[in-house]
Amino acid sequence: MIEFEVPEKIAGVMNVIETVAVNMMRPVARYFDENEHEIPWDYINFMQTATKAMGGGGTSMAAGSGNKEGPRLAYQRLAFMVEGLSWGDAGLYLCMPGGMLGSAAVAAAGNDEQKERFLKRFKGDTPVFDAMCMTEPQAGSDTSAIRATAVLDKETNEWILNGEKIFVTSGHKALLDSKGFIVVWATIDPSAGRRGMRSFVVEAGTPGVQVTKLEHKLGIRASDTASIVLQDCRVPFTNILGSPTVETSTKGFKGAMATFDATRPIVAAQAIGLARATLELLKEMLAENGVTIRYGLPRQKLTSVEKDVMDMEIQLRTAWLLVIKAVWMMDNGKPNSLESSMCKVRAGDVVTKITQKAVEIMGPLGYSREYLLEKWFRDAKISDIYEGTGQINRLVVARQILEYRSQDLS
Amino acid sequence: MYSFEPSEEQKMLIDAVNRFATNDLRPAAHEAEESGKFESKLIDKGWEMGVLQASIPEAYGGFGDRSVVTGVLAAESMAWGDLAGSMVIMAPGLFTLPILLAGSEEQKDNYLPPVIEGNWQPYTAALLEKKFDFDPNDLTTSAVQDGDGYILNGEKTYVPFAANAKAMVVYAKMEGRTCGFILPAGTTGVNVSEERQKLMGLNALPFHTVKLNNVRLPKSQLLPGDFGPVLDASRVALASLAVGVAKAAFEYSRDYAKDRDVFGVKVAQKQSIAFMLAEMSIEIESMRALTWEAAWKLDTGKEDASKMAYLAQTGAADMVMMVTDRAVQILGGHGYIREHPVELFMRNGRGFTTFTGLAMV
Repeated sequence: MIEFEVPEKIAGVMNVIETVAVNMMRPVARYFDENEHEIPWDYINFMQTATKAMGGGGTSMAAGSGNKEGPRLAYQRLAFMVEGLSWGDAGLYLCMPGGMLGSAAVAAAGNDEQKERFLKRFKGDTPVFDAMCMTEPQAGSDTSAIRATAVLDKETNEWILNGEKIFVTSGHKALLDSKGFIVVWATIDPSAGRRGMRSFVVEAGTPGVQVTKLEHKLGIRASDTASIVLQDCRVPFTNILGSPTVETSTKGFKGAMATFDATRPIVAAQAIGLARATLELLKEMLAENGVTIRYGLPRQKLTSVEKDVMDMEIQLRTAWLLVIKAVWMMDNGKPNSLESSMCKVRAGDVVTKITQKAVEIMGPLGYSREYLLEKWFRDAKISDIYEGTGQINRLVVARQILEYRSQDLS
Repeated sequence: MYSFEPSEEQKMLIDAVNRFATNDLRPAAHEAEESGKFESKLIDKGWEMGVLQASIPEAYGGFGDRSVVTGVLAAESMAWGDLAGSMVIMAPGLFTLPILLAGSEEQKDNYLPPVIEGNWQPYTAALLEKKFDFDPNDLTTSAVQDGDGYILNGEKTYVPFAANAKAMVVYAKMEGRTCGFILPAGTTGVNVSEERQKLMGLNALPFHTVKLNNVRLPKSQLLPGDFGPVLDASRVALASLAVGVAKAAFEYSRDYAKDRDVFGVKVAQKQSIAFMLAEMSIEIESMRALTWEAAWKLDTGKEDASKMAYLAQTGAADMVMMVTDRAVQILGGHGYIREHPVELFMRNGRGFTTFTGLAMV
């Protein structure tokens, strides 16, 4: 049966999220935009308590949800929470404790022992963070160009990691501000290309891992973006996610890439929350200025502003429905690689267009730092870039609809 | 809860409609567009699938309760075969659905069974008018109360099957709102153009103008209910038909691009084409979801159902233009030749902003 009712369990959580967004996020959103690299501890500590009360916050919760009674809602619930928090503030949302991309990688590619060992830390009373280290100075979307290496020391049965990672969201908080972990992508055989690519869990406090820089960004400034250097960093053999040997196929690499099926809809949900905030504020500001949106009229009778707002509404709703479809598939164990990339493309497009248009429509009010519209315009752009740029995700979609392999279409 | 999975019953219906669209409608579409008509055998076969009958309760000769979701699923599948063919097969619905939604008990008893129980027969409705900013909620055609009945004046355009329709619903503005009237064939003062109207597409549908010159109708012919739900039924129908047309155009151009050689590879292996196709598929999925949700909202009586139906129609109309234009573009010069269906898809695609009232589910 085709249905679009927000599940009751999620609706209940959303009331709490909205209260958090209104009271804990919006009032400090501007402050943390203007005081980059200051950590929003009040918000973080509050969220730690609040999400515990709600039964877990981040991806660690979604991954660990083994509840087989009734329909599985973990990823749908997470998407709603992320949407609601990003409505409050996208930068602050990224500081949510409880596991983000690192936990998602453990959940997607790790075994039961690893899930237990790495994810249980999120269940304590103090906030814990994780991070994903994939990008390198010379390797962005082309993850097969990653140069970081992992060499097995057979005597000690440890992996020795070496390399430099950049653009690590929450890297500082994962390694220095909490007992978290990072997931590092490295090759176990530099001659094997993508077949040699694996991910490794490096826990906070491991010798040989160092945060070397915090970036200054266009937006989402409340969230730290770190550079991390690994220098003869030794981790236990069992910290590798996936097979330790190089196979003839790229199965291992693909398995790791499966992380994205879970994370792309969540990143897309962030874009949706921000886009909804923008559209709501825009409509409020227009209403204050005596502009109402007349639904139901033929296009020929609408003003340009009305057409813009309606188009934005259509874009926003469709993008959100694609997100919901992708997480619904995730929860129901249906392969969602296509839908996951589709919703990411759509959400990235939509949030950039909506925020750009909102600033344009509000003119001098839109460009002013007196309002949040200009901040949201800056915050929005990241959604079209990280967790796979709009172009990389178009490539993923194109390969799937054309039934092409990467060598057929690159 | 959320679910994107049709029920078992809906799946069976979709399968049947898909088979018809693939085996009957699509192969006949080109010839019908060129010659201006579908064979009655094909129309009968389409009618016998019972899509419309399934939305009319047993008491009125049908075999089910109306589900907008089921309606949009069927319309989407059928339009994949051919838009004009879908509109022909669904045409009697232009007459029965307004009566079901806005008619009195007596009107339903009188008018629904003869249409629903028999073979496909020409029944229709007249909504569109000849003005650039046509607004279904602000019609030029007027109805005024006169003693025990009404007097209608005005001119309707693009009325399918008007010349031989046994009856039609005609819409007019009365006291500021749009009202539907049941107009039997042969009513005095009604002038149906002999010549068929020629449009950019939908050539297989016989369109006529209908002039109403002091047409007197007794009180019993007014549909007492609101026009809103009728308009909603048209909006989601058009949105789903647009999705079907767009899917057809997308699939055709995708398959062509995978087959066509260029610079030593297939044209689909070029990012400029592959990305166009990726974006087309995302647009289609987007508007498909919006249409399904709007249909579900109409079925469940959500407060914003009408607004969402309007937005679904608006979004799907833009989407189908974008997708069908790109389909032609991907075929290049071949896309411009009528031997390929993409030029027809594109002509159909352009019409969706104008087709209000030409389909209902």
